[in-house]
Amino acid sequence: MSQSKLIRFRHGTAIPLSELPLLDFTTFRESLLEEVGNHARVASFFGHPNENVLDLYAILSHDWQGELALLHTQVKDSYPSLTPDCPQMHLFERELAEQYGVRPEGHPWLKPVRFHNAWVGCADIWGRDPLQHPVPGDMEFYRVEGEEVHEVGVGPVHAGVIEPGHFRFQCHGEEIMHLEISLGFQHRGIEQMLSGGPHPTTPYQLEAAAGDTTIGHSCAYSQVIESLSGRDASPRAQALRAVGLELERLANHVGDVGAMAGDVGFLPTSSFCGRIRGDYLNLSADLCGSRFGRGFVRPGGVLFDLNLEQVANMLNKLEILEKDSRGAIELCFNNPSVLARFEGVGCVSVDDAETLGLVGVVAKASGLVRDTRLHHPIGAGIKDYAPPVIEVEGDVCARGNVRRREIYASHELLRETLNNLPEGTIYTEPAALAPNSLAISLCEGWRGELVHCAITNDAGKISRYKIVDPSFHNWSALALALRGEQISDFPVCNKSFNLSYCGFDL
Amino acid sequence: MFNIIRERLAQGYRTGKYPKVEPVLAQRFRGRPVIKPQLCQPQCSLCIDSCPYGAIERINGKICLDMGRCLFCPTCTDICPHGALTFSNDFRLASNTRSGLIVDDTEYPMVQELNTKMKKLFGRSLKLRQVSAGGCNACEADLNVLGTLTYDLGRFGIQFVASPRHADGILITGPISENMKSAVLDTYAAIPEPKLVIASGACAIGGGPFRGSPEVNNQLGGVGDLLPVDLYIPGCPPHPYTALDAMIRLMGQIE
Repeated sequence: MSQSKLIRFRHGTAIPLSELPLLDFTTFRESLLEEVGNHARVASFFGHPNENVLDLYAILSHDWQGELALLHTQVKDSYPSLTPDCPQMHLFERELAEQYGVRPEGHPWLKPVRFHNAWVGCADIWGRDPLQHPVPGDMEFYRVEGEEVHEVGVGPVHAGVIEPGHFRFQCHGEEIMHLEISLGFQHRGIEQMLSGGPHPTTPYQLEAAAGDTTIGHSCAYSQVIESLSGRDASPRAQALRAVGLELERLANHVGDVGAMAGDVGFLPTSSFCGRIRGDYLNLSADLCGSRFGRGFVRPGGVLFDLNLEQVANMLNKLEILEKDSRGAIELCFNNPSVLARFEGVGCVSVDDAETLGLVGVVAKASGLVRDTRLHHPIGAGIKDYAPPVIEVEGDVCARGNVRRREIYASHELLRETLNNLPEGTIYTEPAALAPNSLAISLCEGWRGELVHCAITNDAGKISRYKIVDPSFHNWSALALALRGEQISDFPVCNKSFNLSYCGFDL
Repeated sequence: MFNIIRERLAQGYRTGKYPKVEPVLAQRFRGRPVIKPQLCQPQCSLCIDSCPYGAIERINGKICLDMGRCLFCPTCTDICPHGALTFSNDFRLASNTRSGLIVDDTEYPMVQELNTKMKKLFGRSLKLRQVSAGGCNACEADLNVLGTLTYDLGRFGIQFVASPRHADGILITGPISENMKSAVLDTYAAIPEPKLVIASGACAIGGGPFRGSPEVNNQLGGVGDLLPVDLYIPGCPPHPYTALDAMIRLMGQIE
């Protein structure tokens, strides 16, 4: 591949749009497929309206080189779909079709993603009335017909205190033949609200892109702004962000192990972990006053520092919590009746994981080494990150085990970071953003890789902001994992993924 | 079996004693704002200008903060050079009315209990159907925390139930996205009368971080535009103790 077709770079730098080679669609397609054939994966793919055409940008990640590759082309009303040759693109293409009315010809599963009106004045490709808000879940669901075949519909309002989403199971007796997931109920229009920004409200909206990943999304956003303003956060701020990220990971992973134990009826771990999760959230509150890390990370650094006494206090609390966490978690993973329910259920093969471009806990549980902290590190606090946790079975147990081992690794990482906080300031005002540029940032949230990308206009304002939450890739894996499983295994499978609805719906 | 018992002993008894014993919250926790007019400079508008959600206003010369819009970030208190606006550690923030969420320098009233008839019905047993309508899942996460053994919501007779038919009220989180509006209204309609409506979190009260988005439904007064609200629980997200205190006061369980 000649270098002129694409740009290779590391995240954390801003690229002037004028330096991006514009490829005709055929070259774009061939280059993309060639890159993916060379072990790149699609981190992000999005459109940006440009007069009468739609600019398309594909961001591919070469994990082991720590590099990103950027491909740029233009399309009008339609283009030959890339999905049949590169299934990782399937949702990105559906999303583009819904946002800009461009049809990916030959897409095998072209359905709405979030049920909103097109962002530009164009005909809706499903023929929905542009003057009315689309009805969520209004689409053709895949159906299996036949004797003793039945359909189970769940949601949008679920039985517990959880987010809304619609699930349709095609079942034969207890066996699930197919699960289709229809989301969009949490769509708040975050990406559109960002255009013309950054606005004073922007940090708050990014913190609430997925509330359980507040620190993850606000770190990714801050890194984008810092890249565009050419001014990195100080080493101390970056180390404190790493502390926030690991606390977020601990709270969520411990909560997830507890929830998985609860779904197979193992109540000791379920109740212990519920309490311990809350105590990790309280550590985040010790750090910044909010259990979810609200108001902690801002472009330019962080808003709260830790003095020596506070560091010592946090280390003390962590030591106690580590003991409690280990006790609660090991109890569950040493229990044969729990393992009998975890093992061999909801498998995702390594091939499927690679084909679908999965990330985070789910990818690691299927044997893929994908961790932004290792491949695309940014800043000081994370430079000594040990190789990530890998499991190979791809089942519920493997996803639980990834969490269990990541919890222990996080304790280690936190101790290391808190004991070696660099000196210096925690906040430096970001400079004006570079005009007509593009910046990308990656951040390993607790679910997996968060990809934020911004394009600026002549005035240095954001003209397109694109967010990829790990759940965007991984929801498809949940549907796949359920094939051939019993419908009664859905809850524990679902908990083992614990994906975000709002992070997907945006 | 012995391992489980041993671990149970190691983990200890963890249920909080609220309301008999006050909980200890993080030092940096931002609870009810405290306004000191004697320190406030009449010409200064730094705090008002610093809030991107317009939560702070000067009414009759006095600074007032609307906790229904406030996201409890540290911006306004950091910018005030006079120390006239600070956040206290007090988690008792809820109110029976929307206007009750506006804090000034006078004493902040606590949630009033239900009237005699409603208290007789719901005072000792309150079943709620929670609907998440376009939020970020932080409110839901901290409501779920109420079910953990630290808070043990069940001991107050409060339970989140699966069916609106079994519920005495609806607790709404999120700014009511366009895509959830009909589900919220349908759920409310399915709850038998008499019923309560609780708006929990900045989104449900007034759009929260998403105020102004065309995809959400509360441009004016939040859930209150669609349904008659009995209890507002502010915060982004509300602290579990804020929600717990609000609900048990409404039920008349705190004198």
